[in-house]
Amino acid sequence: MSLIKIDQLSRHYEMGSETVYALRGVSLLIERGEYVAIMGPSGSGKSTLMNLIGCLDTPSTGNYELNGLDVSEMNDNELAEIRNREIGFVFQTFNLLPRSTAMHNVELPLIYAGVKLEPRRQQADEALKQVNLADRKSHRPNELSGGQRQRVAIARALVTRPSIILADEPTGNLDSKTGEEILALFDELSKRGNTIIVVTHEEEVALRSRRMIRIRDGLIASDEPVQPS
Amino acid sequence: MTYFTELIEGLIIAWDAIKANKLRSVLTTLGIVIGIMTVTLMGTAIAGFRSSFLNAIASFGTDVFHVQRFSWFFGSEQEWLDARKRERIALDQVRQLEQALTLSEAVAPVTQTGKPVTYRDKKSSGVQVIGTNEQYLLTSGSLVAGGRFFNRAESDGGRPVCVIGANVSSNLFQSISPLNETLRIGEKPFSVVGVLGKQGGLFGEMGGDNSVIIPLEQWRYQFYSRPDLTIHVKVGDIDRMNEAKEELRSAFRRIRGVRPGEADDFAINQQDQFLESFNKVLAVIGTAGFFITGLSLFVGGIGIMNIMLVSVTERTHEIGIRKAIGAKRRAILAQFLIEAAVICLIGGLIGLAIAFPISLALKSKLGGTMPLSVVLMAIGVSLLTGLISGFLPAWRAARMDPVDALRSE
Repeated sequence: MSLIKIDQLSRHYEMGSETVYALRGVSLLIERGEYVAIMGPSGSGKSTLMNLIGCLDTPSTGNYELNGLDVSEMNDNELAEIRNREIGFVFQTFNLLPRSTAMHNVELPLIYAGVKLEPRRQQADEALKQVNLADRKSHRPNELSGGQRQRVAIARALVTRPSIILADEPTGNLDSKTGEEILALFDELSKRGNTIIVVTHEEEVALRSRRMIRIRDGLIASDEPVQPS
Repeated sequence: MTYFTELIEGLIIAWDAIKANKLRSVLTTLGIVIGIMTVTLMGTAIAGFRSSFLNAIASFGTDVFHVQRFSWFFGSEQEWLDARKRERIALDQVRQLEQALTLSEAVAPVTQTGKPVTYRDKKSSGVQVIGTNEQYLLTSGSLVAGGRFFNRAESDGGRPVCVIGANVSSNLFQSISPLNETLRIGEKPFSVVGVLGKQGGLFGEMGGDNSVIIPLEQWRYQFYSRPDLTIHVKVGDIDRMNEAKEELRSAFRRIRGVRPGEADDFAINQQDQFLESFNKVLAVIGTAGFFITGLSLFVGGIGIMNIMLVSVTERTHEIGIRKAIGAKRRAILAQFLIEAAVICLIGGLIGLAIAFPISLALKSKLGGTMPLSVVLMAIGVSLLTGLISGFLPAWRAARMDPVDALRSE
């Protein structure tokens, strides 16, 4: 069974008197353990597709099955639960809570999942270890470098052992050296069996994946494996 | 997410938010502080007023009937005009009544007038001179502090003896013992046989502290031979009050010649009536008072709502993050409700902290200290204000679309 089954997914919305068709009917399958990049210029619909895959939004038409569950018709609360359990977000701007420590940021998804204090701390510790930041857990984001912040975000994404890690321009706010560190971390995570989907407009980032899906004008333009260089 | 963890997380977030905007939090909470201050001080005043009143009428005795021409409380002016026409209560009627009653412990005819009282060169005006019999000691619930009350022989014989109230004693005699001294009531000499203990309280009719009690016969001899009497009847067994009242009513009707079917031409008054009337008045005052002070709380609550709306807007992006990682609507709702409740609770506690010393300072005027019920009410009301004011903003936050929320800022 495919991890992600998307069938004729489309999304349109009203902007004043006009209707914007962000996605016009996208179909694809993603298997467990894949490392996929979704590439496209701005306005191509890649962000819309990412929001739909990440269950932040519901499609206008079409079907989306994630890990065997049909999420296309779910309500707000059900989607929140899915996001908590199955999706690990990594954002371009990190999106950490600025007044909380790294530890608190990482354990937040577990808090929302109702996990008790002891096991929660343990799991958060492990996630921080996976990104090599165990020694920074009491630091606040403003005490961390950009690369470290993104690593905290990745730890937060990993903490609930989600089905997919969904990264939106993960290196967009980082210099090339730090960006390289993050991409190396993604390589590592992929090797460990995580399913990773990266949405980007940068070719170099996309080429680090093993399957590239190009989007243009709300439709899939191409879907090919990445040749190892 | 269990309720407890939600609560803790909410408290942490609330505390963070308050710390991050200290000035704003202080200003917001000011409305609640003032609201709670006024509400608690008013609550204390009402409670104090009530207990002063209860203390005062306690001296009336819950087990004493006052049989009089007039009822203590009138339903209408017509009632009062009719009552005026009634035959006065005369001494021989009292004697007959005493014979007829079986359920009472003491019967005392009572009348009074205001006369100046002098001792040597000191004069006390505005003293009530009460004429009654020796059973007055029982019916009035007075306590003798020094000496004794006059006895049956002195009462029947109309001897010129008197028992004086605590204030009369301290005014005229100061530190000397008044016992066996002679004072003049009107111009006549009376020998002091006893002094009553201080009663305090605010009650006029039986302002015992400022009265002098003499045998009824002397009173009639000195002042007026045919007074309109009040009969004090003390019931022996408090559990048989109603029975005693009925016995009293039927006996007195017979004595006064009231025919069956006719209404009573006298009134049997009880302390209860005071309490009932008083409670009614207090309820009205209380309601009006709470309404007015409640208004200031209302204004405070609006301030809270306003600031919470701002807070929610400011934290739109944060709400988006929380939703993205799995916060359900209820969790976001709870987060902001708790924040509003905490701000209001802190305001309430500060208001209490300011009101409490003020209530202590004004203790004598207010009639008492702040009762625990008022403190608890203040805390409860603060919390409630927070929850109500915070609801709309919290609801807004909970319903935000995560995609839009993430996009802001």
